[in-house]
Amino acid sequence: MPTLRSGRQLVAAVRAVLLATVVLGLVYPLVMLGIAQVIRPGGADGSLVTRDGAVVGSTLIGQAFVSASGDALPQYFQSRPSASDYDGAASGGSNLGPNSSELVDAIDERKQQVAALDDVPLADVPADAVTASASGLDPGISPAYAAIQVQRVASARGASAADVAALVDGATHGRDLGFIGAPYVNVLELNLALDERFGTAG
Amino acid sequence: MSAGAAGWLQAGLLVVALVAVHRPLGDWMARVFTSPRHGRVEKLVYRAVGVDADAEQRWPTYLRSVLAFSLVSVLFLYLLQRLQSLLPWSNGMPAVESGSAWNTAVSFVTNTNWQGYAGESTMGHLVQMAGLAVQNFLSAAVGLAVAVALVRGFARTRTDRLGNAWVDITRAVTRVLLPLSVLAAVVLVLGGVVQNLSAGTDATTLGGASQFLPGGPVASQEAIKQLGTNGGGFYNANSAHPFEGPSAWISLFQVFLMLVIPFSLPRTFGRMVGDKRQGLAIVGVMATLATASLALNSWAQARAGGAALQLAGAATEGQEVRFGGPLSALFGTATTLTSTGATNSLHDSYTPTGGLLTMANMMLGEVAPGGVGSGLYGMLVLAVIAVFVAGLMVGRTPEYLGKKLGGREMTMASLYVLTTPAIVLIGTAVAMATAAGRGSMLNTGSHGLSEVLYAFTSAGNNNGSAFAGLSANTPFYNTALGLAMAFGRFVPIVLVLALAGRLAQQGRTPATAGTLPTHQVLFVGLLTAVVLVVVGLTYFPALSLGPLAEALS
Repeated sequence: MPTLRSGRQLVAAVRAVLLATVVLGLVYPLVMLGIAQVIRPGGADGSLVTRDGAVVGSTLIGQAFVSASGDALPQYFQSRPSASDYDGAASGGSNLGPNSSELVDAIDERKQQVAALDDVPLADVPADAVTASASGLDPGISPAYAAIQVQRVASARGASAADVAALVDGATHGRDLGFIGAPYVNVLELNLALDERFGTAG
Repeated sequence: MSAGAAGWLQAGLLVVALVAVHRPLGDWMARVFTSPRHGRVEKLVYRAVGVDADAEQRWPTYLRSVLAFSLVSVLFLYLLQRLQSLLPWSNGMPAVESGSAWNTAVSFVTNTNWQGYAGESTMGHLVQMAGLAVQNFLSAAVGLAVAVALVRGFARTRTDRLGNAWVDITRAVTRVLLPLSVLAAVVLVLGGVVQNLSAGTDATTLGGASQFLPGGPVASQEAIKQLGTNGGGFYNANSAHPFEGPSAWISLFQVFLMLVIPFSLPRTFGRMVGDKRQGLAIVGVMATLATASLALNSWAQARAGGAALQLAGAATEGQEVRFGGPLSALFGTATTLTSTGATNSLHDSYTPTGGLLTMANMMLGEVAPGGVGSGLYGMLVLAVIAVFVAGLMVGRTPEYLGKKLGGREMTMASLYVLTTPAIVLIGTAVAMATAAGRGSMLNTGSHGLSEVLYAFTSAGNNNGSAFAGLSANTPFYNTALGLAMAFGRFVPIVLVLALAGRLAQQGRTPATAGTLPTHQVLFVGLLTAVVLVVVGLTYFPALSLGPLAEALS
């Protein structure tokens, strides 16, 4: 029973790595690609949303509903703060620690802004409205954050608060199976529904 | 339903799924690694690789095979990154800078998946698929092989043969990791994880801005990333990225994937040593530690600790709304208790106590349940220590599973237990003593020290998660953490295989009335205490300067 010496072990290792690269690195992902394109083509491509023939985003990826100068567009529900300004090429969060003075200042400033924009007391501003997500691309806001925005969006669009609130309900996702995760409102879905119902002019 | 109740229900569902799967999967893996028959495809593999699959190896040869395989893997992955600009499906990405390429190559081959780079702006699809994802399979297979070799050391008597590393690695891939990955990838795709070769799409948002939506073969990689306890994200935001973790149930499924093999391996161990109760005791220790850690972390994260989080009203910084607090704490606990290191929330922004726990989980040595293979061999080494400690108390020669634990065996076990803490503490000390080490901290004060301590803890224990505020893509950290990962992986493997070789050569001492039973609750308690005291306390002084100081201030 011959024992392979170290040199032969290295030769075997080179062959094994090359073989693995072909089978696990090319065949496996490409076969999965084929399966994915059959069983869920839209999802495999990123759940893209088109409007009037143009891609306006992905239902999974959040975006900033702000003007070119960075001001919140009042006719749209606002997303959470993002450490990367919803840049799809640079996902990530702030990584600031729980006692960071920089984070304290940022949260303080955001609280004032949200309270002013939505005309609510500081105490009513929910935590997710003033903290950045892990991905920087969070598609969701809490139902509480959506609720404080209803009046402002309704005024900006000249619509009734009840009509806007009904659309919020339509874009609200409960916990999966009733107990997994947390309820959230998909902001892009909601704003698309608003545009469809009340027009894009705002 | 309250968030807390939902949190416990989702943890309960996870436990039920793991309990249901660990027996068939554990039994299956025992068959995989004891069957004398080679599959038809496997025979082709052995011919292509040029090894005699029926020739069993002594421990030094087994070790040489593992080391040669890993060395070639590092070199190949390094080259692939350096040549990226010349390769197809690279989306115009330039070659990866040499320090980062070295760090990443070591990181993925050692099952760490520490990432100093951001995926979407550094790695093209080909390096991800044919480089990083391949090592996700192979590093997990190596871990399984080494664990199985140690189990054979306990199971066999009077032999110098531990099996054949090439056969074990091949079977780990063909019979365990690849079939499970295909199933997992299908589920992920159905849940909305992307799987394409697109270079990305430019969308025009409702606000009129341009937004880049990346593409990539993500689902196939995500599956083995979790199953192999690797953890390296396709994108920078890892499993928090909506294309990797589109929904809460997918995130919970990912937690299941990272836990399923490590929690099934004690069953494999019990089968292979011919006493399933021994496996049950080991899994009992793992489950006890994991449950306690999850309970503590969930409690800590449900309260807004720290000045910033208190001002916000909840610990939502670095957290995705769709996952919520309890699922984020569950993921953070599972990913640090296994050697996965994937994240669906940012540990750096956890409450002080929550962040402390993620670090402490890794410091236990990744054994509850630990990485694929490495968790089992780590826990078995600690079991050896526990039996020895009990033997000292009653003044008998300690035996575990009928194997005498003499001076040489205890030397290997002791060195194993000392290796990782030495790497972590020396690495942290060097970093804090140099300007290059200190300059990378994002946060100040004790939280800054925590970032550095976390980095070396993660690298030395081959976890890969981070207090990601640390700017780790610098020459100092690429080199230092690369070394920490390499030593943290391969020194323990040398010791484990040497230990396995010595154990296999022994006969079996028959159990007597004085033998410590290692399948009863008493032993579960003893081993749990050994894990906490022997391993955990090593880090207490360092923890007290970093996260403990922050939590108490």
